[in-house]
Amino acid sequence: MKTLNMEAKQKETAKTVKISGAEAVIRCLLEENADLAFGYPGGAIMPVYDEIYKYHDKFHHVLTRHEQGAAHAAQGFARVTGKPGIVFATSGPGATNLVTGIADAQIDSTPLVCITGQVASHLLGSDAFQETDIIGISTPVTKWNYQVTKASEIPAVMAKAFYIAKSGRPGPVLIDITKDAQFGELDYSYEKCEKVRSYRAVPKMNAEKIQEAATIINNAKKPFIVWGQGVIIGEAEQEFKNFIEKTDIPSASTALGLSALETKHPLNVGMVGMHGNYAPNVLTNECDVLIAIGMRFDDRVTGNLNTYAKQAKVIHFDIDPAEIDKNVKTDVAVLGNVKQTLVEVMKLVDKADHKSWMSEFDKLYQIEVDKVINDQLNPTKEGLTMGEVLGGINKVSNGDAVVVSDVGQHQMFACRYADFIKSRSSVTSGGLGTMGFALPAAIGAKIGVPEREVVAIIGDGGYQMTCNELGTILQTKAAVKIVVLNNSYLGMVRQWQELFFDKRYASTEMISPDFVKLAGAYDIEATRVSKREDLEDAIKTMMASKEAFFLEVVIEQEDNVFPMIPTGATVSDIRLS
Amino acid sequence: MEEEQLYTVSVYTENNIGILNRLSAIFLKRHVNIESMTVSKSEIENVHRFTFVVNLSEVRIAKIIGQLEKQIEVIGAYYHTEDETIYNETALFKISTEHLYDEKLQKKFKFRRAHILTITERYFVIEASGSKENIDKMYERLKPYGLLQFVRSGRIAITRPKMAISEILEEIN
Repeated sequence: MKTLNMEAKQKETAKTVKISGAEAVIRCLLEENADLAFGYPGGAIMPVYDEIYKYHDKFHHVLTRHEQGAAHAAQGFARVTGKPGIVFATSGPGATNLVTGIADAQIDSTPLVCITGQVASHLLGSDAFQETDIIGISTPVTKWNYQVTKASEIPAVMAKAFYIAKSGRPGPVLIDITKDAQFGELDYSYEKCEKVRSYRAVPKMNAEKIQEAATIINNAKKPFIVWGQGVIIGEAEQEFKNFIEKTDIPSASTALGLSALETKHPLNVGMVGMHGNYAPNVLTNECDVLIAIGMRFDDRVTGNLNTYAKQAKVIHFDIDPAEIDKNVKTDVAVLGNVKQTLVEVMKLVDKADHKSWMSEFDKLYQIEVDKVINDQLNPTKEGLTMGEVLGGINKVSNGDAVVVSDVGQHQMFACRYADFIKSRSSVTSGGLGTMGFALPAAIGAKIGVPEREVVAIIGDGGYQMTCNELGTILQTKAAVKIVVLNNSYLGMVRQWQELFFDKRYASTEMISPDFVKLAGAYDIEATRVSKREDLEDAIKTMMASKEAFFLEVVIEQEDNVFPMIPTGATVSDIRLS
Repeated sequence: MEEEQLYTVSVYTENNIGILNRLSAIFLKRHVNIESMTVSKSEIENVHRFTFVVNLSEVRIAKIIGQLEKQIEVIGAYYHTEDETIYNETALFKISTEHLYDEKLQKKFKFRRAHILTITERYFVIEASGSKENIDKMYERLKPYGLLQFVRSGRIAITRPKMAISEILEEIN
């Protein structure tokens, strides 16, 4: 029987050169076309940083102001480019500071290759300076992790790390390299990893299941699609569009699926979930067939599972077998990459027309416009709304910008109101809900796609969790457009306190520094808007700027996000006020 | 609420450092207690086998199997009911030698799968094997004699249904 011994295989096949483990790390990255890392140096990773210095003409490093910022920046980079984000950190606190970003990447299926320095192998377990068990700490939040203690392991481990991070359902991997392994020498040669014997990246397609799915779809009277980030990760945007256009099925996105289909596509009926659109949430409980594509039935999408789409047959397309029947029992599970499975099912589905069913979505959308959307986009009250800021950005960007949002009310407004015309344009922390994500993620995104406009939408709370990363903007000149929607509250928690805790606003009122001055200290042009008549010009000025720009918009303090499905409620009981 | 029962979980893995942590973290995240666990090599070269015993509903154990299988270094994971499993546990009892010739005590383990492993001036050691219930019964009977030490192994189990690890390995490679 064959066993996986990549080290031995390498020695047989490729020519070798003698280099240090640290140099091998950089050369492996270059072999994987990864010429950029986000990170922060420190004692145990210094040999690798020394090689970054030597390879400065080929390999670039972005110094963030905190390792958490490095992880989020790498996530932003990965989400807009589809390539793994590379992160460097030192041992101990450097490594532990990555954990939030790694956990965020794990739950949102974002490929990261994190490389941490570790104390020398003879010191492992001795409570040495800056020693921490990052393998133990990161195990539950990584797709794979590995501790390297010998320089000779590095090429095979790096190759495996890239393969695992990128393939199948992507995720973060962490490679912890002891300092002696970085200094040690090896006979270097590199061979890409194409398989790991214990790991099936993409499950086998099952023709019967595809046939079953097609039959159900062909017999459906009121079919409804909910798609997720799987469409984007699988680069299946075109296949998805072909499929929905042929079958004429109204389709709604999860928060992470946004931008896979342009916002104004006639079959795009909005977003599902707790603060999603009215029609797709209500009609989830009226459709006869629910087709889930590359999504995982998060509780923020489903509300109460006991009353979620019980009337419907459920077809679930996904790459991860562990997602099947995890939250919602499916009638047919179609495993595989949606880029392939959608093509196969396309061959078997009939061209259909669901106009009258679609008109039900239109009717409910009109109710949402009248009761919620108009008040947000064209408010008559004095205070500014978050919705009108997004509306203003749409007017200038025409939906062509990458919108990176943080976590909270402003995030839901960004997801609900930002227009998208291109895939990989919405970057947000979905599963983990990490406040402080947006600013560093936007920096990473801008560095990943410098030709695109990148707008970060952030609340006053989340902004102050990582606004140290303004220093990264100062140093890299990443031309990120930062919009802080400031309502002087931790708005989402305040909203819940208002609705469910009798307005006891415990620790949600927030006194903030002068954000304009703060941006100014980092040499970033900045302005504050508190009157409606100044908003449009301020947005135009910001978007026209070739450099980073900071815009603070003072928002009505008690603006709430609606619609809303209260926790544990049924999707169709979504509240409009 | 689904009915809970004992399941034997067999997990075939690579023999790498840290896998135990990765697997136990999956139970921990779901607040599931592990009743017993053993690790050993398996019938396949370089493949290790973890045997966990957990008390859960079938819906929950099926989801946990999904998460176990998802781990990169896990080749296959299976769950089986008591009826589908042939299993054994071993226990050692250390007792003061003063009780060695106590006939009552001898009767208590005579007809069970138990024998004396060693006898010294001060103590003797009884080895017993069988189901958890049998060993628990024996424990209760021997307890009055004062157990100097007691230890029981985790379950080792062979399943009646096939677990197609070799086929999985061949398919991927």
